[in-house]
Amino acid sequence: MDWTMWVEWIVKGFVLCLILLTGFAYLTWYERRALARIQVRVGPNRAGYQGLLQPIADAVKLIFKEELTPGHVYKVVFILAPVLTVVPSLVLAAVVPLGTSFNLFGREITLYVADVNVGILYLTSIASIAVYGIVLAGWSSNNKYAMLGGIRSSAQMISYELTLGLSFVTAIILGNSMNMIDIVNEQRGLWFVVIQPVGALIFWIATLAEVNRAPFDMPEAEQELTAGYHAEYSGMKFALFFMAEYQKMIVISMILATLFFGGYLGPFVDQVPLLGPVYLFAKVIILLFGMIWVRATWPRIRYDRLMSFGWKILLPLSLAIAFITATGILLADVLNNQLFFWSIPVVSIIALLVAVAFIYRDLRRKSHGRI
Amino acid sequence: MSEWIYVALFIAVGLIIPIGAIAAGFILGPKKPNPIKEATYECGVEPVGEAWIQFKPQYYIFALVFLVFDVEAVFLFPWAVKLGQLGLYAVVEGIIFVSILIIGLVYTWRKGMLEWL
Repeated sequence: MDWTMWVEWIVKGFVLCLILLTGFAYLTWYERRALARIQVRVGPNRAGYQGLLQPIADAVKLIFKEELTPGHVYKVVFILAPVLTVVPSLVLAAVVPLGTSFNLFGREITLYVADVNVGILYLTSIASIAVYGIVLAGWSSNNKYAMLGGIRSSAQMISYELTLGLSFVTAIILGNSMNMIDIVNEQRGLWFVVIQPVGALIFWIATLAEVNRAPFDMPEAEQELTAGYHAEYSGMKFALFFMAEYQKMIVISMILATLFFGGYLGPFVDQVPLLGPVYLFAKVIILLFGMIWVRATWPRIRYDRLMSFGWKILLPLSLAIAFITATGILLADVLNNQLFFWSIPVVSIIALLVAVAFIYRDLRRKSHGRI
Repeated sequence: MSEWIYVALFIAVGLIIPIGAIAAGFILGPKKPNPIKEATYECGVEPVGEAWIQFKPQYYIFALVFLVFDVEAVFLFPWAVKLGQLGLYAVVEGIIFVSILIIGLVYTWRKGMLEWL
């Protein structure tokens, strides 16, 4: 390994980090504008053309703000917690392929940081580390609201992590590999969302809970917990929590796009490899709009229902989906009959309808009992 | 193996950003602390006691059930990768393995431990 290799990889790491940081800054702008449009408002439009300089103005304000460190906090953990939350959200992106590779002055430059053969295992392990940041922030603040927010958040995140893990299993079965690049290449004929629409839907719901987005944003419910685990944080440290949440939104949309929506694949991507990132980001922007739309539309769900939904509906459903996929693919393989392969989406949608019927029955019974 | 060096490099690069941000805020922000500002935020009411309180044991039970199923998910990963080579026998074995754990989930459910009180 010569030194140019090292320079190349460090530059690539910095570029990916910068892409994510800019993505975060403009995602806040995108969300505020989109939410405003949905609520028939205008949104931030003063700083620069169409408010495009708003994120920069916000960043400058946050840097020059006074940073309060309350007297009763556990200082080391208090400062460590935001770092522990942000780093996993950045590092997750390392195994997501943005494209194949292109030539720059005769050098072959790959459009991913690392081609790891256990990419999905890496994703699940790094995603779990983020829980530490949040629970430590809540605990070290020595504030009752923050403590409750941190505990709630960790309980919610570990509950939905199971569903997330089992949705990964579905993607692994379809892609026959834990390597993200292999999974993308496997989708050249057909995106996995066509074969397993319910798997993609479950993954998406679980990611909403994982990144603490509405309607699962119980940990930061303003009305009951003021701000949840980051109640005592201000200035740049608060901005880091904010950054972690939005970066996780971006990265997890990238993962969803890679696993189920064909990743960087698109027309002419083999001839012009630089189109790969463009396609991926187009898909990510559409998925992010879905998240914003959900936030604008649905009210927050109650905490007991959140936990019941995770454990009693999503966990069994995701297990069933994984086994439906495994059985369907093997039966199609062994009996050499494509009918079994195409029964996978049909049976999965039936399973989804059964789950929806269960939720409906439960909600009706509860509302009758209460009134 | 060399791919993991790049991941480690990327983690190092990723660490620079939050540390740099905290340092920038520390250097550039004003610092005028006073006892009222430093008090624990509880909507203006004087806080009573510490926040490091005892909390519901229910969280602990969820953590236990989580542990079982998370290990299961990790076991299912290699199973899912090699499914094509192992054939139908592996699917049957997987179903048996998962149904043992589902019995555990049903037991917790019946005991009412998944109800949030």
